[in-house]
Amino acid sequence: MITNESRRDFLKGSGALLLGLHLPQALAQGPGKTAEDHLVLHKPFAPNAFVRIAPDNTVTVIVKHLEMGQGTYTGLPTLVAEELDADWSQIRAEGAPADAKLYNNLFWGAAQGTGGSTALANSYEQLRKAGAAARAMLVAAAAEKWQVPAKEITVSNGLVVYKNKKLSFGQLASEAAKQPVPAEVQLKDPKDFKLIGKALRRTDAHAKSTGTARFTQDVKLPGMMTAVALHPPRFGAKLKGFDASKAKEVKGVVDVVSFSTPTRDGVAVLAKDYWTAKKGRDALTAEWDESNAFKLSSSELMDQYKKLAATQGVSAKKEGDADKALAGAAKVLEAAYEFPFLAHASMEPMNCVVSLQPRGESANCEIWNGEQFQTIDQMAVAQTLGLKPEQVKLNQLYAGGSFGRRANPASDYLVEAAAIAKAAGGKYPVKLVWGREDDMRAGWYRPMYYHVLKAGLDGEGNLVAWKHVIVGQSILTGTAFEAMLVKDGVDGTSVEGAANLPYAIPNLAVELHSPKVGVPVQWWRSVGSTHTAFATECFLDEVAHAAGKDPYQLRRSLLSGHPRHLAALDTAVKNAGWGKVKKGHAQGLAVHESFNTVVAQVVELSKNKSGLKIEKVTCAVNCGVVVNSNVVAMQMESGIGYGLSAALTGAITLKDGMVEQSNFHDYQPVRMSQMPRIEVIIVRSSEKPTGVGEPSTPVIAPALANAILALGGKPMRALPLSTQGVTFA
Amino acid sequence: MATLNINGKRVQTDAPDDTPLLWVLRDYLDMTGTKFGCGMALCGACTVHIDGKPARSCVTPIASILKKKITTIESIGATKAGKAVQAAWTAESVPQCGYCQSGQVMAATALLASKSNPTDADIDAAMSGNICRCATYNRIRAAIKRAAKELA
Repeated sequence: MITNESRRDFLKGSGALLLGLHLPQALAQGPGKTAEDHLVLHKPFAPNAFVRIAPDNTVTVIVKHLEMGQGTYTGLPTLVAEELDADWSQIRAEGAPADAKLYNNLFWGAAQGTGGSTALANSYEQLRKAGAAARAMLVAAAAEKWQVPAKEITVSNGLVVYKNKKLSFGQLASEAAKQPVPAEVQLKDPKDFKLIGKALRRTDAHAKSTGTARFTQDVKLPGMMTAVALHPPRFGAKLKGFDASKAKEVKGVVDVVSFSTPTRDGVAVLAKDYWTAKKGRDALTAEWDESNAFKLSSSELMDQYKKLAATQGVSAKKEGDADKALAGAAKVLEAAYEFPFLAHASMEPMNCVVSLQPRGESANCEIWNGEQFQTIDQMAVAQTLGLKPEQVKLNQLYAGGSFGRRANPASDYLVEAAAIAKAAGGKYPVKLVWGREDDMRAGWYRPMYYHVLKAGLDGEGNLVAWKHVIVGQSILTGTAFEAMLVKDGVDGTSVEGAANLPYAIPNLAVELHSPKVGVPVQWWRSVGSTHTAFATECFLDEVAHAAGKDPYQLRRSLLSGHPRHLAALDTAVKNAGWGKVKKGHAQGLAVHESFNTVVAQVVELSKNKSGLKIEKVTCAVNCGVVVNSNVVAMQMESGIGYGLSAALTGAITLKDGMVEQSNFHDYQPVRMSQMPRIEVIIVRSSEKPTGVGEPSTPVIAPALANAILALGGKPMRALPLSTQGVTFA
Repeated sequence: MATLNINGKRVQTDAPDDTPLLWVLRDYLDMTGTKFGCGMALCGACTVHIDGKPARSCVTPIASILKKKITTIESIGATKAGKAVQAAWTAESVPQCGYCQSGQVMAATALLASKSNPTDADIDAAMSGNICRCATYNRIRAAIKRAAKELA
């Protein structure tokens, strides 16, 4: 699968979470509803599923992707506003309901969902067409009203104009609704863009600065109970029994119910408010059958991975003969890299509101959630409740971060909430709220990995062989994505960034071991690149040092077939003043492609008595046409901060199968005082836009490690750096 | 029945005395602007002002603040400083997921009340208790400086 596809297609097929084979027929149909259906639903003017223009002159864009911070409620409306020639101040964003026929991710076949940095890329033409269709109907309505030729009418800043006649969209809305929906629309030439490419204000900035933005945590329904759950101490433990007597003594506790889901068993305490339910939960005692539970420590697991790495793995990439070339090389370098489990730890712990009508003809379930995986979640919840997927209504809310977590392949926390609501008999709506400790210990981590790399140099120091062995759990095996994306025993997400190494090396081999381990794992912002970028970019710097070459020049010499990489690399290096730092400072760089976007970063590092200090990060991004330069810069900064947290101290470790971390004191995100100065430069491009939510994340750790090496430190071969004797000021 | 002074109003609640202010605000009074992040005063998402000073409402039992003045994100925009901070937050495009930002705004407003022209070190000291997983820190810093200028 990997060797025969272009890199672009490979990445679409792996990191971008393509999906399609396992959907029931009802959900697997193409776009269906007509504009007329929507006119009925959304009077007065809704020319398609994405645009609604009200008589008050507001233009509401229905956004099919979750807003979890990455800017979908700004980027997607920009596409509509551009082709509509709207004024940005009249634009509003609204989350789409679950309806895969209308709102599927065009890169995922028939499924609706957000992930793989695809939100803007897959919507780029779809939403521009939606805006253009609305514009054509407004113009047609004005032409009819004024009895003038449509082609002589102009539209700009939300006004439809013919000579001295002028009407707003709102004034034309009801007449426009009577116009036929155009079959074809002409999209603008990019040179005529007025909004795309600008740093427009985010549509959600005000609500999120005033505490009025609504998250799942903020939902309150009449009669609703809050559920706080007791989870098993080890992954895979089964509930044997529990004693609820003490919990029921807590004043205000309404009910105590047990549940069993494919992910975990547990006991939930229900009360009107969180504090009461938590006191009840903390008073519970339970007995667990741990005969099939996971009981190893991280160190024991890593020892197993090291043994596996010494055996023959499954081939994920083979060009030339790396073993033979290594045997004949003048010099061979070898390094091994270790990566821990990582929790997503979004600021809003996982939560979900379920209102259930469990029985009879009108059986249904309504859910309020920051929805990232609508189609999969509908199916999983329906299965839990014995309903049909279309009987599960999903209400979209802002997500207080996700970083992949809310796109859970088993819909784990939604299914848990549904199971609790069912166990409570559907008597009242249930809001499941995980505390920070529950969230951090619930699993679904970025997997632990072990990498071994070998490089062969010829007599002149040229890189002639590269062998890369990766050991770690498959994320996709056992999920709905397995049939599509695990080919010949290779999970594309385990090797992305390694199997598609951009460097011109004549003999290249990548091998994979995917041990089955009882710790639930999933994608974490930038997925496979979280570890492959560190291993490949750090090892390449070790090669450069061994060969006496400048790390930048070495990369340049190996990237001649990759102009997009070169553009990002050259831009970062130029802006960082590569090689021109003052005495006592050093620079490290890394370049990496993920989700079709190339990011290059240069870290400038200094050292004083109390430790290392990151002076500056220069970040160049090559992401095609820029829709909102501000959002692109924000995502680069955010990815750097998120990646830096993992690089410095981030680790989930297991002791006898139990998670050792619990809250932000022992799983420490970067704070204000640790955030480096960042300069973002966007490479000019006329290619289609590619994702920006993830691709800066994997680059910071190797760029920083390479700066440590350049500053005279030892090579960094494990994350987090806090385990490597490195301290930061 | 406890009586609290929240945003200039006397508010009665039947929440037990040991209930943290955070859950009284959110679950009893339906004031959901103040957020739950960690429950241990480690992240600052639940920051409110108690007698003008920033405080973590997730570890503040209501019994301990019966006579105090509580200010939340719901009313901070009515103050000159709060309004300037919120305007700066929008102007500098601070929020991403936004979940921590109520707490960030409350911490920043309290900082500006005590230091009208904060240095970078002042900002580090006052704001490092507030975690943002989207890492919007550089924009928060810029927004605090913008608001300080606006208020000068």
